[in-house]
Amino acid sequence: MTDASLTSSTSPVRRLLARPTTGAWVAAVVVLVFFSVQTDTFMTAAGAGVWLESASRFGIMAVAVALLMIGGEFDLSAGVMTGFTALWVGVCTTQYGLNVWVAVLLSLVVALAVGALNGVLVVRTGLPSFIITLGTFFVLQGVDLAVTKALTGEVAIQGMTKVPYYDSVQPIFGGSVEIGGGTFYVSILWWLAFTALASWVLLRTRAGNWIFAVGGDLPAARAVGVPIIKTKIGLFMLTAGAGWLVGMISLFRTSTVQANTGVGQEFIYIICAVVGGCLMTGGYGSAVGASLGALIYGMTFMGINAAQWDNNWLRTFLGAMLLGAVLINLWVRKQAEATR
Amino acid sequence: MTTESALELRGIHKQFGAVTAIERFDLDVAPGEIVALVGDNGAGKSTLVKIISGLYQPTDGEIRLSGEPVSFRDASDARAHGVEVVYQDLALVDQQPVYMNLFLGRELTKGPLRTLDRARMARETQDLVTELDVRIPSPHATLSDLSGGQRQGIAIARATHWARGLVLMDEPTAALGVAETAKVEETILRLKARGAAVLIVSHNLEQVFRVADRVTVLRRGTQVGTRRIDEVAKNDLVAMITGLAQ
Repeated sequence: MTDASLTSSTSPVRRLLARPTTGAWVAAVVVLVFFSVQTDTFMTAAGAGVWLESASRFGIMAVAVALLMIGGEFDLSAGVMTGFTALWVGVCTTQYGLNVWVAVLLSLVVALAVGALNGVLVVRTGLPSFIITLGTFFVLQGVDLAVTKALTGEVAIQGMTKVPYYDSVQPIFGGSVEIGGGTFYVSILWWLAFTALASWVLLRTRAGNWIFAVGGDLPAARAVGVPIIKTKIGLFMLTAGAGWLVGMISLFRTSTVQANTGVGQEFIYIICAVVGGCLMTGGYGSAVGASLGALIYGMTFMGINAAQWDNNWLRTFLGAMLLGAVLINLWVRKQAEATR
Repeated sequence: MTTESALELRGIHKQFGAVTAIERFDLDVAPGEIVALVGDNGAGKSTLVKIISGLYQPTDGEIRLSGEPVSFRDASDARAHGVEVVYQDLALVDQQPVYMNLFLGRELTKGPLRTLDRARMARETQDLVTELDVRIPSPHATLSDLSGGQRQGIAIARATHWARGLVLMDEPTAALGVAETAKVEETILRLKARGAAVLIVSHNLEQVFRVADRVTVLRRGTQVGTRRIDEVAKNDLVAMITGLAQ
């Protein structure tokens, strides 16, 4: 066996197929073209504003969840965290008259603390993060409902717009501009910036390298001195922090929040990440891919409505897409192994 | 003493509760010297390796590196003192390229933002594998694409790159075939030529005779003796290991 014969086995096609984002790019283009042709409203400024807004909220979460999955962990409390942080701000301001800026920052601190707790429990006990975060998910879901109902007598926060200084925070998370008849929210910028930053960290920094290492081979990472505890706890805190950001975006866009906000969405984040090329086993994936997964979700969500289909089918479509993505990933990996 | 020992072990004793794992162990390893540690299963070889690599602390005794007394809190502390270990299970990440495995946890960075300097890591990897004659397709090759011998070569190259005092090898060829074993042994000898001190645990007595300068024998936690390899016959060595006269 010579050196040359080994190098030549890495053909450009194989390398392209082996990239985590290839499938997501193809799927995104297909969905975009399909709904543009099928409906009149999809490819208008108004339509684009709608699906970009949806994609932005799911994209921020999917990117954080993708990093966590690359690091070999899951966070089922990621969805409920978006509601929890928004309710926290809503309750503190409308019920206790806390300054809205203080409430926003406080909710970030609380979110990071919950994320750190998730992380510490996972690394200290060695239990699967699936179980640990399933626990925090249900705890937070109960807290959201019970506390909101006990304090407000309702299952949603009302009267946010009457909170002093509300208008000074609102543009940061919920601002929008009109372009060509479409409403484009500032959350799109948050999403793009977050994706770019996450991708940069993942591919260009030592921290990113450690994320791949702890997810790819934990014993090896430990043996060569990668700070695995810091890395894993940091990832759970990042996910919780992203939950806070999306919580603020939802709260200040709609000026209200329901007690059950975010529940069930943790699975959509995971679907977006997997469609974007993340492996369930860790050590492999991409931030841009997860963002594309969220874009596909946002476009499908809007497209199904625009096409006036029964949108009860949305989840069926998502499930089918997840299965398709995993089967394609599996097939690509088998092909890559066969040509070795 | 004319040449300072890279590693000195003085009266190392290890007790787990009431159980004595190592009675008393003394050894010097000079730079550019390969010492083999042999003994039957349960003789205490692994315990000794774990003490030198910082995973266990000795109950009694002294470890010196280049004359300096040291005590290690944990494995990364030992690594910081220049002790590198080639693990039996290699401790390599399959999905990562070769160069990243060499630098994992100690990545080179550049610029004010401390971004990864992939080009320099790949270049240094190429220089190193060329020098040690570890034949791999490219520093950018994914680790899972390499053969067992190539992977072991990479693990040894990594230890070589980072070791300042001592390279510890725990059964480095246990999982390899004949040709790959020969290749890895060549790499070990090149390591020696570079002036590294090597302590190698091996079950393979043929190998001990091929690569080691000296051999030290443990039997049930007791150090039976240390011999120059050119002054000991294989039968005597077997007798030392088993405790039975041949």
